[in-house]
Amino acid sequence: MYFGLSEDQIFFQDNIKRFLEENSSVDILRKIAADDRTFAKDIHDGIVNLGINGLLVPEEFGGLGLDILFAAAISESLGYGAGATPFVGSYVMAPIAIIDGGSDKQKQNYLTNVASNEVKFGVGFSALTGARDDSEIQIKGNKISGRSLFVLDYEYATHFMISDINGCIGVIDAQANGIDLVELKTIDRTRNVCELILKNVDFEILEQTKNSKNTAEKVIDAGRIMLAADSLGAAQNMINKAVDYAKERKQFGRAIGSFQAVKHMCAEMVAELEPCYALIWHAAHAQKHMPNEARLMACQAKSHLSDVTKEVAKKSTEVHGGMGFTDLLGLHYWFKRIGLNRQLLGTPERVREEAALLQLN
Amino acid sequence: MDLHYSKEYLDFEKEVKAFCKKYDGVTFTDASKNPLASLSSKKKKIQVTRSEWQKILIEQGYFARAVPKEYGGYGGEPDILKSRIIATEFSKAKTPAPMGGQGIDMLVPTLLEMGTQEQKEKYIKPTLHGEMIWCQGYSEPNAGSDLAALQTKGELIDGEWVINGQKIWTSTAQYSQMMFCLVRTEPEAQKHAGISYLLIPMDSEGIEVRPLVDMTMKAGFNEVFFTDVKIPETNIVGKRGEGWAVANATLGHERGSLAPPDAIMNRLNMLIDLMKQEKLDGKPLIEHSIYRDRLMKIQGKIMASQSHALRLLSAKLNPGQDVKVGKMIQKLVGTELRHELEGLAIDVMGEIGVLYEDSPHLRDKGSWQFIYMYFLGLIIGGGTSQIQKNIISERGLGLPKEPKVQGAQ
Repeated sequence: MYFGLSEDQIFFQDNIKRFLEENSSVDILRKIAADDRTFAKDIHDGIVNLGINGLLVPEEFGGLGLDILFAAAISESLGYGAGATPFVGSYVMAPIAIIDGGSDKQKQNYLTNVASNEVKFGVGFSALTGARDDSEIQIKGNKISGRSLFVLDYEYATHFMISDINGCIGVIDAQANGIDLVELKTIDRTRNVCELILKNVDFEILEQTKNSKNTAEKVIDAGRIMLAADSLGAAQNMINKAVDYAKERKQFGRAIGSFQAVKHMCAEMVAELEPCYALIWHAAHAQKHMPNEARLMACQAKSHLSDVTKEVAKKSTEVHGGMGFTDLLGLHYWFKRIGLNRQLLGTPERVREEAALLQLN
Repeated sequence: MDLHYSKEYLDFEKEVKAFCKKYDGVTFTDASKNPLASLSSKKKKIQVTRSEWQKILIEQGYFARAVPKEYGGYGGEPDILKSRIIATEFSKAKTPAPMGGQGIDMLVPTLLEMGTQEQKEKYIKPTLHGEMIWCQGYSEPNAGSDLAALQTKGELIDGEWVINGQKIWTSTAQYSQMMFCLVRTEPEAQKHAGISYLLIPMDSEGIEVRPLVDMTMKAGFNEVFFTDVKIPETNIVGKRGEGWAVANATLGHERGSLAPPDAIMNRLNMLIDLMKQEKLDGKPLIEHSIYRDRLMKIQGKIMASQSHALRLLSAKLNPGQDVKVGKMIQKLVGTELRHELEGLAIDVMGEIGVLYEDSPHLRDKGSWQFIYMYFLGLIIGGGTSQIQKNIISERGLGLPKEPKVQGAQ
């Protein structure tokens, strides 16, 4: 019996953390936030070189054939380093949708190209996780129309993957006629979301998703675990920064970390966050090995992490005093990353309601 | 990640299940005075005394597993997974757990580690069998969180320790045969170095036990007063002035044993059942979205703490796993979470939630209010939540200690 990450997983995490430490300083993040996208592209290229695009793609299609726990470990390190790269949509949700919902031909066609990074997906599932009134997606035959809000990872997308409210998933070519792409500006500049306004666009439906929501649910569950893991990493980084600052910063002739008012905030953050590692690992592990509990654990991981990390983001900023509020320190890049993760693919209240319905039925 | 049990453990799990089935509905002829114990009693089938039950469990290897046979234990290798299987299956089948208490949980491990041969032979067996109950004499009116400030005095006069002073928060003192006690024996020495760990028979002349009623009106603390109490010189564990180190070994055991991880899952399931059954304004509580959200929220916290307990278990089996801070948070998180869960049940019940003792309309024997209050005691006892936060931040995160007040030791 072993409950934890494997040596391989930790090794991969360390590689990503090291890459981001060396290539994504706060100065670089600041440039990216100011819309200097060349830096973001360098980070994306570097991360892809480490192999994340083929992470979940089965070996027969040229990928690494790893599982959701592995992906969660990666997501945690991307959150830790505020990695300005597509991940959740392009390299987790999209491949899972094709593996689970695609025909043999679709798998052959898309997975091989995801593994070689020639196909990159932007992913729009918000119709399923909190559709707004004006964002109705309609699929008629092989055409799709309507508005998809909060499409993830659109920046380098060659294709988009969209789900309607029934979990029917399909692919459109980013160059196809009838697509109006509107960039959305969120608080978090390390990731990119857009809205797509679609008018009768060619739509290739993933074979198994025509009459079944199962694939869409798996995709969302995995996406939620990734966002939760990203927030876990981001929150851990914020705690580490707060603890370091509390040891160095002196007021009233002593380190502020010697005041109980400050050190207790640090202890509270750790006490809340530490059990979240186990919850994420367990939920990610469940996706493959505990099918009966997989959905509930994914919901609870997403909502619990959203709440815990929101609190950590606030407290760790407060530990820094006025400096925490400034762009000089750049703590806010992680604060905002946690803020975006919380809202995407279902806010805590919505996800908890799903968790309740899973257990009532 | 590998959450499977090997064949040895799957077989063991079957064996424990069969045992629980055999003793389904077992009750005690000498009912425990702990009000929590009565919650699990079911239909009467097999009747034994508490002490007989202890012996059955030891014989089976389900209790005192790693305590050598010569001292009344099972004499096996410690096996964390097996302990967990036992705890899980007993909890599922509502089979009565072995007796706990400070003698079994704290004194026995301490004696095994630091006791003399004579002390081990004399005390461990009757303690494990539930025939010798112990209480813990640590806290004093002026030595709570700052325990090492304790002043109860022990002087060695003519080959006997003569003890004077007062202890407080002494659970079960009124039923105990013995007390393990921290006493200042070296008044000249530095604060922590002046303390010894003594074993005191509770029927000694000069001991007075006064009950200290707490907010639950049920669970009993006591104050214990010592006036020229005389005990043999040999009733000391470790050497003179080493009592602080001896006590710290046992404090570690207490922090680990205060909040068993499976218990909270059972209570959560009880709460879910309650919310399905109870109606408010004509519909079940669980269909009220505000209460339902709170329920789901605490379920998420509990799932995290359950998974975390698995991680800590795994770290015991795989010594390379680092869970230093992970262990330190357990007392804080476990007690606060349980208190919150019991409080949620009270909230959702509305006015029914405040009924107590033997009132009409009481739900679940009044256990929600009782445990809600009881756990406030546990949040404070055994190192308050604030002391826990000091430990986590200073020992876990390496934050500097608060400077000492001038003149204080």
